[in-house]
Formats: sequence, C-alpha cells, structure tokens
Amino acid sequence: MTPILVAEQVSKSFGKHAALHDVSLEIPENCIYGLLGPNGAGKTTLIRIINQITYPDSGRVFFNGASLAPEHIAMIGYLPEERGLYKSMKVGEQALYLAQLKGLSKNEARKRLKYWFERLEIEGWWDKKIQELSKGMAQKVQFIVTVLHQPKLLIFDEPFSGFDPINANKIKEEILELKKAGTSIIFSTHRMESVEELCEYIALIHKSQKVLDGKLSDIKKAHKNNVFKVGLQLNGHGDGLLKELQERFQILESIFDPLEKQLDFTLRLPSEDTSEALTHLTSLANINRFEETIPSANDIFIQTIKAKGE
Amino acid sequence: MNKLWLIVKREYLAKVRNKSFVVMTFLSPILMVGMVVLIAYLTKINDSEKRIIAVLNESSYVHNQFLPSESMAFVEFRSIGFEEAKDSTQAMGYYGLLHIPEGPNLETVAQSAFLYTKENPVSYVLDRLEGIFENRLRQERLQNLGVSAGDFAAVEQEFEIKTATFDGQKNLKGINEIKAFIGGGFGYLIMMFIIIYGGFVMRSVIEEKTSRIIEVIISSVKPFQLMLGKIVGTSLAGITQFAIWIFSASLLLFLALLLFDIDMTAMGEATPMGSNTVNGMTALPQTPESGIQQYANELFKIPWLLLLVSFVVYFVLGYLIYSSIYAAIGAAVDNETDTQQFIFPIILPLMLAIYVGFFSVFSNPHGPIAVAFSLFPLTSPIVMLMRLPGGIGEGGVPLWQLLCSILLLVLTFLAIVWLAAKIYRVGILMYGKKPTYKELYKWLKYS
Repeated sequence: MTPILVAEQVSKSFGKHAALHDVSLEIPENCIYGLLGPNGAGKTTLIRIINQITYPDSGRVFFNGASLAPEHIAMIGYLPEERGLYKSMKVGEQALYLAQLKGLSKNEARKRLKYWFERLEIEGWWDKKIQELSKGMAQKVQFIVTVLHQPKLLIFDEPFSGFDPINANKIKEEILELKKAGTSIIFSTHRMESVEELCEYIALIHKSQKVLDGKLSDIKKAHKNNVFKVGLQLNGHGDGLLKELQERFQILESIFDPLEKQLDFTLRLPSEDTSEALTHLTSLANINRFEETIPSANDIFIQTIKAKGE
Repeated sequence: MNKLWLIVKREYLAKVRNKSFVVMTFLSPILMVGMVVLIAYLTKINDSEKRIIAVLNESSYVHNQFLPSESMAFVEFRSIGFEEAKDSTQAMGYYGLLHIPEGPNLETVAQSAFLYTKENPVSYVLDRLEGIFENRLRQERLQNLGVSAGDFAAVEQEFEIKTATFDGQKNLKGINEIKAFIGGGFGYLIMMFIIIYGGFVMRSVIEEKTSRIIEVIISSVKPFQLMLGKIVGTSLAGITQFAIWIFSASLLLFLALLLFDIDMTAMGEATPMGSNTVNGMTALPQTPESGIQQYANELFKIPWLLLLVSFVVYFVLGYLIYSSIYAAIGAAVDNETDTQQFIFPIILPLMLAIYVGFFSVFSNPHGPIAVAFSLFPLTSPIVMLMRLPGGIGEGGVPLWQLLCSILLLVLTFLAIVWLAAKIYRVGILMYGKKPTYKELYKWLKYS
C-alpha cells in the first residue's frame, strides 16, 4: 500500500531560525498518526508545508505517491490549532462558503452539511451567527467544516481543545469513525492520554528535528526498561527483608503496610530475564503481584526529550 | 478563478450587509444635503439683515456720497445736535452713527469723522465707509492737481487684459483654474476612496487575523487570492456606496433646492472667497452673456473621454497600489491601534498630492513641480488628473508624460503588490509580535 504521505529530508528556516531540519516521515494509509513534540518544535511548520501554506526550502513531499501539488488541497482537511470563524457570518452560510472554497458544489455542500448538522445535533444553528455561539459550539461547526469535503487525509491540531468532556468524546468517536471509513489522520496534540488511546503510529519532533518515529507499540517495546512492580505477602520480618532485597536488587521505591504485612516495591532488572529474580523472591515470601511496567507515551515523550538534552 | 470569485462575493456581501455600512450609505447623503441646505438657509438669513447707518453731516465737503447698497442704508440727520443724534440713533435701533464735524477743509473733516456703534463694527461697514472717504479724498486731491470730477470718473475705468495663444485662439481668464478644479474633483475622489476603502481592507484583514479564521482559509486558497479577492470585493462595495451617494445626494439636493427655493448663485456671491469647488463655477455669471457662452465652449472642449478613461486607469491602479499596502499593514499587526505608525507614511503622499495639486497645478498646470508630481507614481493618480483637462499635446500634457506616468504607475503597481503580498503572506500567520519596519524587511526575505 502506498503511504498517504511521505516527507523526504524536509528543511525550512525563517531567517536564521531553522524550523525544520532534515525531517523525513512516512505516514501509512488509513491510520491515526500522532505528531508530537514540545511547543515550538516545528510541528506547525510541518503541517503548514503539508497544507501548502508554506513551502520547504529543501526536501520533497509526496501525497499518495505523487509529488505534492495544488490539486491535493481538496483532498486534505485541516483543523488548525489557531482556528476561528467569521464572527458576524451565519453558521450555514459560512460553512457553505468554506466548503465551496474546498471545491464542493453548493448543492452538494448543502446536502452534506444537513447530514452532519443532524449527526452532531446542531440542526437549529443554521441561521445563527457565530458570535451567538459558545466556544464549544463553534468548535463543532469548525469540525464539520474540516471533514465535510471527505478528504483522504485529515490533519487535526489539538482537536479537543474547547470541548467539554462529553463533546470531546463525541468528536473522538467521530474521528475513529472517519478512520474506519478509510481516512488517514494526522493528529497533533499535547494530551498524551489521547495519543495513547488513538494513535497507531507516532513521530516525535524536537528542536526542528525528528527524534523518534514508528509504530507506537514497537516504540513502547523498545523503551521497556525492565522495571517490574512486585507485591509480597510477608510473614513478619518486613524491614529486614527489604534491606536484604536492596542489597541484591535495584529497588526504586517501596511501601510497607505493617497491618496487612504487604510489601510493594518496584525493581529494575539488568535484563529482560526474570527467572532468577522470581526464583529468589519465591524463596523469600509469597508473591501476589509481579508485573512489567510498559512506559506510557507520556514517559517516552519526556524521557526522549530529556535524553536529547537542553 | 472560481475561488477568487467566491471570495469577492463573500467580501462584498459581508461589507454591504454590515449594519454601519448600510447606515452610512443612506445617512451620509441626507447629512450632506442637510448641511448644504442649512448653510444656504443661514446665508440667506444672514444676507437679509440690512445695516442702517445714521449720518450726522455738519460739513459741506462730503455729501451725496452715501448711497444705499444691498446690505447698507443711510439715514441723514439734519439740524440736530450730536447728543440728540446719538440718542435718536439708539432709539431708532440703527446700527451706528457717523459723525462728520465741520472743518476748514476736506482733509481735516475726514480726519475728525467718527463712527459710533454699540459694539465693534463689522468689517464690511467699515470698508464701505472708508471707501467713501478714500474716494472723496482722491477726488479732492486730483482736483487740486487740476483734474475735474468728470475726468476722474473717466480715468476710473476698470481694465482687463485680453489674452490669446500664438495661433490666435482667445484665452479665457480663470479657465485653467476651472479645468484644474474638474480634474481636482476626480483626484479628490480617488484620494477619498483610497483612504476610506483602503481602511476597510485593512480592518477586514485584521478581523480575519483576530478571529483566527485565516489559517482555515489559506489551507484552501492561496494568500494572494484571498488578498486580491478582499481588495476587489471591498472596492466593489465601495463603488456601490459611492454610486448610491452620488445618485441620492443629487436627487436630494435637487428636491431641497426646489423645496426651499434656494438660489445657488446667490450663495456663490455671498461667500467672499469665490473659489470653493462649487463657487468657482457659480462665480461666472458676473461675466457678460457672451462670456458664459465662451466658458461653456471651453468646458465642452475639455477632452472628457480622455479624462474619464484616464480616471478609470489611474483610479484602478492607484487604488490597487494603496489598498495592497493597507492589506499588508493589516496582516502585519494584531490590532488596529498598532497601525498608526504605518498609516501615516501612506497618507502623506496622498495629502502631498492634493496640496501640491491645488497650489501648484492651479497656478501653472505644466510647471516643473506639476510635471514631477504627475510622474511620481504615488502622487500621479491625483496630480495627473488635475492636469489632464487641458488636453494632450500642444497647450496640454505632452503625450510622453502621460504614457511615462502610466508606465511608472504600472511598474510600481506590480512591485508594490508583489512586496505587499509577501508581507501579507508572512504577516497573517504571525501573532503576538508588534512589527517594526526592520521586521517587515526580514519578512520580505522569507521565501
């Protein structure tokens, strides 16, 4: 399958400031791709290059196998982080205008808008002006406008900001629905829990360079650091046992509950091999918990950025 | 192309449906005509007041001089004392008392004459009285030199020099000014249009920035398309507004004149400076009938077609240049208060064009200053139009100057729009930075 988007060694600078340096990406078709990175890392510049708002100084971008060209604009839907609508324009009129700018005919746009307005339960808003709507309501309209022309590639930059939890959930379901229908989605956010929930692939951009990319599950596996959570049911001598364990293993943190005689701790092993540790622990007490900790996207994010240093 | 049309349509409708725009469109003509009618009415009232001066003439040197005019009349007191005369002047409600005591000769009499009024006398009363004495004194002095009153009257003939061009065409006095006024009217129209609607373009760009819709739009269309669509849409709205203004103002003015029975020519005479746009025209009737005919002929000779075509050319190019600068400014700033430092340099050439036009083109339409400013692209739309009513070729604007001016304007237009589009493209996506000229220069270098 041709990847929906390929970036080859894309660089872009503004004056002396390099916004992107030699960034290469491959975004497979029909997946949700998380584009992550701290503020000012260059994510927005990359997204703007994909949208042909700006152009790279060097490097190439391919859309669905072909070199990125103006006709691809109609196949991309973009919800920018800095978004808004004309305040004094009516909702329906505005949605029609934006849809027509994306190349839809007026009739087709009206038909699809009707479907989406019903779907998101905002049928009554057609003649309202944006300034009469709350921020969350305006965001719904904005979401519809972004997806209305059925783009092959959708780019969402912080799509959930401004939504209450109920509506955020609704939008999340819509995004998953779109993915099911075959759309490829680039998802840029700081909210790691939604990355965890939605993304199959991620790329991490830091200081204008790509520092990490790939399948999220692979990345997680690669970032495993052999840390295990262990729970022991003791027969009395709590303190002494902990001391002994600390001499033998690397114990990160521990809690001892004297009433329940329960000792919980995390330990880091030198390798993936757990057999030796398990044998030793079994000989000491009754193990009621032994669990490998998989690093969260958040951990990976912080860890990678910190490792790259300031 | 299709997208450009969509943008133009939206910008036009957004502007035309705007409440304040609608109010301005329909209120302005009413205000304008109301103002004219009010001024005309006030002038009429003002005119109707006649000032009566009582004259107590005890001398024998000044008599038969006090003839009534439109605004002044004289009442002569005879054989009463000065105090009595003063009292009766006040009792009768006259404007003032002119006391001319007896003296040995005219000079002393004139020196000792006094005007008593309730408060400081108005200037035209003083001018008139001083004129009477000056006249009488001049007559007396000439008489002493042996010139009779009859001869004096014969000498006092006004003289006007007649002028003609070398090929024998008669020239008309003041026709240059009238022509420049007509051209100036067009130039002024361009300036007003640029300032009003350029400002609209700028505010509309700022609105798109502050409402943060800009990035949504330019992910569908090119920034240049958006800028162009915005300028065209706004100016179409402006043309609509101007058309409504001109149509309804002339209709209202016509109705008002019928209704209030106000004579425009009377206004022209009443205003002392007979050279405001309207008055310049109405001051004409003072010349004899054949003169009017001559002026009319001369006005017909103005190359109207050339003037209108040039107006359209200069209007379109001049407006595009300035409004793209306005758009670039709008893109560079975050709110309207930051625009001040950039607006002044735009207004400056426009003001300069108008003032240079009214001062130097009027006195000499083809002098070096007039030529220079009608070639310089930022002032040429206004200044060249002031020169053009004189025609092209001999006695008018040399053809090369017109072509050169248009060529320079086109080149400037291309350069400015290119630069403005660059600033616009970078500026619309910049937030939170208060731009400086240095910053703008840096933006020009971004690709």
